[in-house]
Amino acid sequence: MARVVVDVMLKPEILDPQGQAVQRALPRLGFHGISDVRQGKRFELEVDGPLDEAALARIRDLAESFLANTVIEDFTVKVEEAAEVAEAAK
Amino acid sequence: MSRTPLDTVEHAAATPDVELPWAELGLKKDEYERVVEILGRRPTGAELAMYSVMWSEHCSYKSSKVHLRQFGEKAPQSDALLVGIGENAGVVDVGQGYAVTFKVESHNHPSYVEPYQGAATGVGGIVRDIIAMGARPVAVVDPLRFGAADHPDTKRVLPGVVAGIGGYGNCLGLPNIGGEVVFDSCYQGNPLVNAGAIGVMRHEDIHLAKASGAGNKVVLYGARTGGDGIGGASILASETFDDAKPSKRPAVQVGDPFQEKLLIECTLEAFREKLVVGIQDLGAAGLSCATSELASNGSGGMRVTLDDVPLRDSTLSPEEILMSESQERMCAVVEPEKVDRFLEICEKWDVIATVIGEVTDGDRLEIYWHGGKIVDVDPRTVAHEGPVYERPYARPHWQDALQADDANKLPRPTSSDELKDQVLKLVGSPNQASKKWITQQYDHFVQGNTVLAQPEDSGMIRVDESSGLGVAIATDGNGRYAKLDPYTGAQLALAEAYRNVATTGAKPLAVSDCLNFGSPEDPAVMWQFAEAVRGLADGCLQLGTPVTGGNVSLYNQTGEAAIHPTPVVAVLGVIDDVARRTPVAFQEEGQLIYLLGDTREEFGGSAWSQVVHDHLGGLPPQVDLERERLLAEILISASRDGMIDSAHDLSDGGLVQAVVESALLGGKGARLVVPDGLDAFTFLFSESAGRAIVAVPRSEEVRFNDMCGARGLPATRVGVVDGDAVEIQGEFALTLEELRTAHEETIPALLA
Repeated sequence: MARVVVDVMLKPEILDPQGQAVQRALPRLGFHGISDVRQGKRFELEVDGPLDEAALARIRDLAESFLANTVIEDFTVKVEEAAEVAEAAK
Repeated sequence: MSRTPLDTVEHAAATPDVELPWAELGLKKDEYERVVEILGRRPTGAELAMYSVMWSEHCSYKSSKVHLRQFGEKAPQSDALLVGIGENAGVVDVGQGYAVTFKVESHNHPSYVEPYQGAATGVGGIVRDIIAMGARPVAVVDPLRFGAADHPDTKRVLPGVVAGIGGYGNCLGLPNIGGEVVFDSCYQGNPLVNAGAIGVMRHEDIHLAKASGAGNKVVLYGARTGGDGIGGASILASETFDDAKPSKRPAVQVGDPFQEKLLIECTLEAFREKLVVGIQDLGAAGLSCATSELASNGSGGMRVTLDDVPLRDSTLSPEEILMSESQERMCAVVEPEKVDRFLEICEKWDVIATVIGEVTDGDRLEIYWHGGKIVDVDPRTVAHEGPVYERPYARPHWQDALQADDANKLPRPTSSDELKDQVLKLVGSPNQASKKWITQQYDHFVQGNTVLAQPEDSGMIRVDESSGLGVAIATDGNGRYAKLDPYTGAQLALAEAYRNVATTGAKPLAVSDCLNFGSPEDPAVMWQFAEAVRGLADGCLQLGTPVTGGNVSLYNQTGEAAIHPTPVVAVLGVIDDVARRTPVAFQEEGQLIYLLGDTREEFGGSAWSQVVHDHLGGLPPQVDLERERLLAEILISASRDGMIDSAHDLSDGGLVQAVVESALLGGKGARLVVPDGLDAFTFLFSESAGRAIVAVPRSEEVRFNDMCGARGLPATRVGVVDGDAVEIQGEFALTLEELRTAHEETIPALLA
């Protein structure tokens, strides 16, 4: 079983009130040196069957039409290799 | 970093042959040539950006201006009007030293592209207009129109719009007290998301958008400027949607209601300390609009250093900064010695504020970037002297056929059972059904001053706690009537809103409008627009309610198909004591139901013709504005003197719709008798204007009848509040349970 990660971020020109709220909170909590924060969403999709081009195309389609609101958001689709998964688990 | 040299004024003068993307920015060839003529040289990139957004249809009203002048020319004498058309919003005197400002605007196009944010920023924009007048916003209303209720795209657009309005308004802590929701397939590709707001202030607090006094500082405060919604006004709201060109969809703006709340409090505190000379909110066309309007309305010129504008994205070009429509920003003109205090207040509210320029004693608007002068214009040519078009208009060739297709000739129910079925079908149809599922997503009662909210005939807000002084607002519009006859349709919208305000016991004072039409380049649409404006201006003159401002939204069409002409009219009224208001709901069994006004066979554009026959044709109901005025006076007097306990205006759906609503809201049935001279069908479904039903306590019947008789208003006793069914004697009875199911389950079933 393969894992595909879809990251959804507000487009760079779009205001991100959540990210701004986080950024404003940082210095109050003593964390300095962060000039900007943008907050997004991460979807981890466990895919049944082989992860071929057709499957990836389907995922791109579902990301574009459902996971992301492409009027205001961008998304990236990436396949997470087994090694990366293990790495991330450390 | 940039390889091309900065396009300064000098550079532009030295390089007259440089081609600029005026067409891409929405300017026509002759408009561009006019800019060159005004400046005596080619514009710089920044100047072109300013002219293109400010001369767009949305900002310049270039197609509508010649018609809108009638609102000024035919304005009735009104002692109540403190500030008229042309400012951010009109201001009306409501007595006891209070003034009320209100306005309706459209956010149609952005809401189709991105329903949630489009609708949310619509609320944000109208609220900033109210703050800019010096008033504290106290309520919002939202007249909405969508495509067919059962169309799949409606299920995408409507929940997003409703959530956006609710989300933004609820976060701001503003009650949503009125509006409408209408479905019609003509709005499928062009939903109408209109937003209105009311603000309250003392007379002495009125502020205007002007920059005077050389040396005064220009302060930009609120959110940082980002790349959102660049050219939104010129491109989005001024062109027809065309699916073939997705690149025409620019990024829409995302709003931040918490930032807006800070902006409200910060601005009002600055007003209280009298720190502000002039003020303007940043809406469509952003800084281009704010600087050019402030400068051209003031006495002098203005110099702005664009490098000082706080940015969210440091890579923005000066053109983009000038065109950005980032939300939650305002621009204030402050005397130099008061700037420190102004900035202190902004800091207290966590609002970023920066001095970006000053008022000069010249008459030019000059904007600098990296030390170079990139704009040097007469601000009036940008803000007020844009192109004006006398667009050709012509009565469409199909208008006669449409009017000849008489709805009065449609087959009518032939038996009591059929009549009963049609009543159930009507009250359960999407347009006539309860909109509770939608309106309950809005906060109606926050701030604790809401007296009436949906589904009452008008929203009502208490202005003064000790005296009980209040204001009422109603918004109405009927695109079906306006399609059949735009002149009459606009007057019917006015008459209905006027009547709705009076029905709740308030005296109508002034009007704001949001005129939603198709493409002005289509002579048929332009005719509809011209007729509607003429109708509205004539109507306002006759009723004595001046138009204080509003908004025009054109290009509401997909391909060749324009929406129904949809003038939405908001009427503001005042009531001396909100305790005397009249609700819609039946209050007590045994009270007598009176029908006020004349009922004729009028079914053109009616809800019945739509629901039962899917028909639109014939003529809309006649308008008699003198009758409307008389009816309003009677309703107001009866409310003040305690002669009626409930009242409901009759409009789409006719008497049966009104009775069913009053019965369901009050949880009390009604027994009705068809009056002499009318058949049951006409009695129940006719949409004749100038009518209302009232419930009169038996002890008041004589007094009420005497008053109507003395004033010459037909008042017919048609029934009594009684039981737990709506019964039409000799015809049928429908229990409140049956009616409630039909009326309240439609919308959740379609949309939830």
